[in-house]
Amino acid sequence: MSDATLRPIAGINFNSFRVRAALILAAVLLLGIIGIRFDSSGTLHKIFVDPFDQMVSAPDLLVQTIWEGLVSGVLYALIALGFVLIFKASGVFNFAQGIMVVFAALTLVGLYEKGVPAFLAVILTLGVMFVLAVAIERVVLRPLVNQPDIILFMATFGITYFLIGLGETVFGGNPKQMITDQLHLPRGAIELKLFGGFVSLQKIDIAAAIIASLMIAVLAVFFQYTRIGRALRAVADSHKAALSVGISLNQIWVIVWFTAGIVALITGIMWGARSDVSFALEIVALKALPVLILGGFTSIPGAIIGGLIIGIGEKLGEFYWGPLIGGGIESWLAYFIALGFLLFRPQGLFGDKIIERI
Amino acid sequence: MFYREAGQFKSTYQADMAVFPIKQDRIGLAIILGIAFIGIPLVGGDFFISSVMIPFLVFSLAAIGLNILTGYTGLISLGTAAFMGVGAYACYKLTTFFPDVNIIVLILVSGLFSAAIGVLFGLPSLRIKGFYLAVATLAAQFFLQWAFVRVPWLFNYNASGAIEVPQRTLFDISLTGASATPETRYFVCLVLVVVLTWFASNLVHGKIGRSWMAVRDMDIAAELMGIKLLNAKLLAFAVSSFYAGVAGAMMIFLWYGGGEANDVFTIRLSFNILFMVIIGGLGSLIGSFLGAAFIASLPTIMKFGLPALGVPLSGATAEHVTFMLVGALIILFLIVEPHGLARLWQIGKQKLRTWPFPY
Repeated sequence: MSDATLRPIAGINFNSFRVRAALILAAVLLLGIIGIRFDSSGTLHKIFVDPFDQMVSAPDLLVQTIWEGLVSGVLYALIALGFVLIFKASGVFNFAQGIMVVFAALTLVGLYEKGVPAFLAVILTLGVMFVLAVAIERVVLRPLVNQPDIILFMATFGITYFLIGLGETVFGGNPKQMITDQLHLPRGAIELKLFGGFVSLQKIDIAAAIIASLMIAVLAVFFQYTRIGRALRAVADSHKAALSVGISLNQIWVIVWFTAGIVALITGIMWGARSDVSFALEIVALKALPVLILGGFTSIPGAIIGGLIIGIGEKLGEFYWGPLIGGGIESWLAYFIALGFLLFRPQGLFGDKIIERI
Repeated sequence: MFYREAGQFKSTYQADMAVFPIKQDRIGLAIILGIAFIGIPLVGGDFFISSVMIPFLVFSLAAIGLNILTGYTGLISLGTAAFMGVGAYACYKLTTFFPDVNIIVLILVSGLFSAAIGVLFGLPSLRIKGFYLAVATLAAQFFLQWAFVRVPWLFNYNASGAIEVPQRTLFDISLTGASATPETRYFVCLVLVVVLTWFASNLVHGKIGRSWMAVRDMDIAAELMGIKLLNAKLLAFAVSSFYAGVAGAMMIFLWYGGGEANDVFTIRLSFNILFMVIIGGLGSLIGSFLGAAFIASLPTIMKFGLPALGVPLSGATAEHVTFMLVGALIILFLIVEPHGLARLWQIGKQKLRTWPFPY
């Protein structure tokens, strides 16, 4: 009988993280409602009511903001995708992905300026990215095999510095125009009549979204149904097991870095078409990092969904809440969104569960 | 020949556990301190002291701070520059409010503000690990950098939006501001660095340092052995940020003599300090100094060394080639010695000990 008396009341376990989180959330909501009632200066009203009021009263602006968030989210996701590919196959946290995007775009534009036809320039750029992948595998990865993760992470910093220096030496430091027309990418905007207002969609953004989806589909098929894709998944699961069944790690690494290079080139074209091609993109590329931790380092769907969450969240936050605290919050909001998710799932939304044993 | 420990017997536990158990090491340390305190001010010119030695000392202190967090406790942080910024702005506000308090005291106190902010941003480390944590610390970097620019109270509503270092004196010798000589600023830096290094050495060799290392090696096992992870990790963040904050205050007040966060406390500085720690050697105080010397002097060496060797380079190209070479050197260095300069130093000492025999 003593068992029954010790049983927790109503079966709710108050130590469970979810229950506690729900309780805290409820308390915050309650406090918020009480606060708004007794709020004399209107600060809380500005934070909790005004933005939603604006959203409802001007739905066309809301749609426009969400669309812009969606597009930048797709571009963040593309950079994050390059990271994920490399992290899955070689366990390297590749900081150089952002620079690879800039470098690929610069090479493309630089070749075109030298008089190479646009589509030949694309092919030549792919060649350059392949040479880069082979060089990185030979010079950086192979000698550093079996080193701790942080050493490999640092080595990709070295690659970053090297590529910045190389790009600026060869192509000069001035911003360049992406060759949008020559690649038959659309220009201009479509005006949509919506909720009594106008929403303008840039055609290049639509193209970016379509191309990104296509590329993700192709990558998924490549990973799922080809021989090399199977080998890549095997390497991602376990280096040793893959080696033991005769998969060449070196070859796989070249392929993965080359794939990341292709992704980088496509990202570079899309991004270059929206602004210009310069090393200023490097800072924007850091935005892919919160996307990564939000989605999980090892998940391709995670990179995409993470990108969309960050992109939309950031634009909504900047547009509706940014002015309250002085604006420019885009630079850090993404990290706080990701941090919020991480507190509940430390391995990201879709990342492999971290199991720790002694 | 001369580096022998034969005949040096240890008769107490304390002597056995000493940080420098060999007499020659203690003599060597005394010589280094002698050179730093007497030799360099006598021999070095103003340029050498103000653009080589002071940056080296400031970066060393920041690297020690990050090494405590990353090397000893195993928590990667990419927000060091932001914590340095907190130190600098805290010092600026403090010296505005208390102009009569000695600036050296204020530099140390501003480290405490940085420590508090560090603990705040260290809280996620209890749930998040590894590279996830590294990216999470970028939140601190970007948020604080944003705050430095957007909160005008922090820079006293200056028109320039930058810290303007006022003149502060000790015994009628000006320590900061335009009239302070490089030698004075160097001495202040040196004393601060020596004292704080001594303090750090005592921390990491004692109980606290051991609990940090246990957390680094495996935090679950450490927890089972009775180490409170919350306390150990947050203390590491606090101490690390304290050092970073003091280094940041020193950087603005004793080296730059004023500056704006967006120029100084950028993410690139964070990365550079991480470089120093890794190239110097994770979990080694001497490594922090070696790494700081290497990274801080590399651009200067490139700038003045290459033309001296007969490699003709002009302005912009030189800068780009320097970037390339720095990148290549980092990779080369990691390949040659992934454990950093501290390991090379140890190998050198071992070779010296057995010299002229191979082993």
